[in-house]
Amino acid sequence: MVTHSKTKVIRNKKLNRVGLSKVDYKGRPTTLCQGCGHNSISSQIIAACYEMSIKPEQVIKLSGIGCSSKSPTYFLGNSHGFNSLHGRMPSIATGAVLANTTLKAIGISGDGDTASIGIGQFIHLLRRNVPMVYIVENNGVYGLTKGQFSATADKDLELKKVGVNPFMPVDVCMEALIANCGFVSRSFAGDPKQVKELIKAALSFNGTAVIDIISPCVTFNNRGESTQSYSWSRAHKYPLHDITWVPKREEIDVTYKPGEVTEVSMHDGSTLTLRKLERDYDPTNRFDALQLLDEAYRAHILVTGLIYFNEEQPALPDIEDMVEIPLAYLPESTLRPSEESLKQVMETFR
Amino acid sequence: MVEPQSTAQRKTVKEPIVNDFSMAVATVNGSGSQTSNLALIRALFRMGIPVSGKNLFPSNIQGLPTWFMIRVSAEGYTARRDTVELLVAMNQDTFAEDLMDLVQGGVCFYADHFAVQRERSDVVYYPMPVRRLVKEVDPPKELRDYIVNMCYVGVVAEMLGIELTEICGALDTHFKGKRGAVDLNMRMIESAATWAHENLTKRDPYLVKRDEQTRDMVMIDGNTAAALGAIYGGMSFTSWYPITPASSLVDALEEYLPQLRKDKETGKATYVVIQAEDELAAIGMVVGAGWVGARAMTSTSGPGISLMAEFVGLAFFAEIPVVIWDVQRMGPSTGLPTRTSQGDVLFIRYLGHGDTRQVMLIPGSISECFEFGWRAFDLAERLQTPIFVLSDLDMGKNLWMSETFSYPDHPLDRGKVLSAEDLDRLDEFARYRDVDGDGITYRTLPGTEHPLAAYFTRGTGHTDQAIYSERPEDWEANLMRLWRKLETAREYLPTPQIHHMEEACIGLIAYGSTDPAIQEARDRLAVQGVPTDYLRIRAVPFAHEIEVFIREHDIVYVIEMNTDGQMHQLLQLEVPDQSTKIHSLTINNGLPMSPRWVFEAVRSHDGV
Repeated sequence: MVTHSKTKVIRNKKLNRVGLSKVDYKGRPTTLCQGCGHNSISSQIIAACYEMSIKPEQVIKLSGIGCSSKSPTYFLGNSHGFNSLHGRMPSIATGAVLANTTLKAIGISGDGDTASIGIGQFIHLLRRNVPMVYIVENNGVYGLTKGQFSATADKDLELKKVGVNPFMPVDVCMEALIANCGFVSRSFAGDPKQVKELIKAALSFNGTAVIDIISPCVTFNNRGESTQSYSWSRAHKYPLHDITWVPKREEIDVTYKPGEVTEVSMHDGSTLTLRKLERDYDPTNRFDALQLLDEAYRAHILVTGLIYFNEEQPALPDIEDMVEIPLAYLPESTLRPSEESLKQVMETFR
Repeated sequence: MVEPQSTAQRKTVKEPIVNDFSMAVATVNGSGSQTSNLALIRALFRMGIPVSGKNLFPSNIQGLPTWFMIRVSAEGYTARRDTVELLVAMNQDTFAEDLMDLVQGGVCFYADHFAVQRERSDVVYYPMPVRRLVKEVDPPKELRDYIVNMCYVGVVAEMLGIELTEICGALDTHFKGKRGAVDLNMRMIESAATWAHENLTKRDPYLVKRDEQTRDMVMIDGNTAAALGAIYGGMSFTSWYPITPASSLVDALEEYLPQLRKDKETGKATYVVIQAEDELAAIGMVVGAGWVGARAMTSTSGPGISLMAEFVGLAFFAEIPVVIWDVQRMGPSTGLPTRTSQGDVLFIRYLGHGDTRQVMLIPGSISECFEFGWRAFDLAERLQTPIFVLSDLDMGKNLWMSETFSYPDHPLDRGKVLSAEDLDRLDEFARYRDVDGDGITYRTLPGTEHPLAAYFTRGTGHTDQAIYSERPEDWEANLMRLWRKLETAREYLPTPQIHHMEEACIGLIAYGSTDPAIQEARDRLAVQGVPTDYLRIRAVPFAHEIEVFIREHDIVYVIEMNTDGQMHQLLQLEVPDQSTKIHSLTINNGLPMSPRWVFEAVRSHDGV
């Protein structure tokens, strides 16, 4: 286990490096059901941002429509948020991130929002590699409309209201892998430590970082036979590794036996340490990742952790080659060419 | 170069008709005739002669008939004339039909290898040995198909008196100074002109003569003008999806942005243009960028507007500045993708579910495409709402004469945006509070470093602090404020253009690309003793002047290119007590409106 430096532990008791306490990262009180997995994820977003000393003003929170998409109200009250349209958060994020590349975008979506109505925009977000954290709070059902299946619901799952689901589920991580996403991870709302470390890693990633989190719906889909229930997920979860995100300025001061730990260097200079648990797993091989997910599905286990990592693909702003000042803050002298230039252009239309 | 005196000048013709005709060039699409037609029209323009061009093209890449209409008018009229005096028949399949469309005494240039019947005896024929002429010039094989069309340029130029030096200048503009391309095409044109000079006898009355009416003018299409307007309006974000006839607007952005808007020192872009996966994503990105503070726009046509409906409703309700160009084409459905219409007026005015009202700008000239191009961003940020600019295929895709564009006459208006320093001075910030009483509230941009800055943007009901609310009074107060804002909008929008004639009791109301047809028809009506006043709408919601105009006239005709009389309906709602005297005159056949139709529609309706 990696230990953080002692100075930071002391500092964390009150204020972080930007002088904020954890309370400064809170949002409005949740209106989701008691026990909803989404609330646990909101708490980990708060913890991750606080511990990373991210200024809330530098974060934008984006979501689509659904229970999951309501949750940005419940964290980072001092960040601008946008609860947009069903399945269309990726396009909002693409425009927002390009308009101001200094902002850190956290997108919250659900399984209906991403895998049903929003699958197209999700794929294209990944294709463009828009730098943002993309969290799918995955529970297999529509909550606000009272319990219909989403596209990630188990095949043959029976729910009280809608009967038996005859269709194969969409696997969000597999879709992300196929779409060339460079950060594909899966977690479980009942494993807050792993959720938090994955969020930190995702916030350090230069590209779209997908975290597909099984986040049970206590009202409509939490019976033991459902792979999206608390009890099933607890019993079948299989962490690939013990993940710890280590900030740039800290030394990793624990020594490991050879082969015990994989270190992943992140874009912003931080490091992700993946301590081996039961099996050897290399998260940099896309085909291994696909195979792993396929095996897990057949074996009825919930594989969690960093499934795939590749930071070599350029993120969208790198491709667009824009000036350093965010587009949103360009002055008139930059935005409006000279009168003389207009005269010259006019001459070419004679 | 041929000798200065052309066949047209040399041969005497009874009662020559100078600078007054319409010429149809019938070709097969994908055959490269566009360059030839542009060379002709721009050469005429460079000779100082008022000219306009309309491309009637199919929704197809190669092989279907297409017509390019060139109108030359000494009087300066540019509307589509629905008679054809000269025909250049380069499409054997449509020859018979095209021939029938010629006026009596018209002229037919055609390729002499066509197996066609010269079924009309009242037409002057000029067969052209196109194959032989091309063979003599012997262009590179891969360019042969394009060069073929330069034959008719040479022959027509010689027979009408179009100066070859101006054709050369026109090609220079078209090929942006690429010498090789200009020279090769000129060789073909000169060779064809020489052949005509030596072999054809002028037997028709049509001539062109140098004039001075186009001095200080340019020849440009509306989509390019719109793109330039956006560039000078500080557009910093565009997302779009390809669609006819709006794509060429973004093509023009891509062409001019690198030269006009790259940072001089670093060479880096001060803008982004993203081709989206569909119009849903295009407008979504624009809404995201507008929310963060970029000057964001998209360009589309009817089917794209349909897909954008949900996001536009959100932008209206969440009050996010965006600019949307609708280069209208014929609907419903896929409709006629390459034909013009003004059929999106009602759809856009109320676009979005629930109670939504959208702001529309309607340019009626090419220079207004430029002007509204930049002004739209000021209005969007001032009013914090989507600004639609309604152009159409005729305006967007066809070449028009235009006065040179005027540089924006005031600085960018970034609207009510609070900075961190502003927030320091204030005790609180409520995103949707009507502090100034004009319905327009203050916003902050994401990233503003101040504890008061953040707010939560949502499409759901909200308090003036942007907090979710289902309270009836919160909902009603917010909607009433939005209506107040739209009342305020009237003050900022372009006012209508009004033209009077002495003793007119008839009022004509129109908008957009039909302006030249209306103006010409008014002249003809006046000659017939029917003077008219004319009001051209330039924005919705309506300016006060429009109601005054309606009240001042005994009878008002609203003339438009859609079937339902869409603007007519909006005007009846605006001035309900006058609705019985507001009449609708519509035509919706896909072609640009002709003055003759306007003339006859007004005359027959008015019983004059």
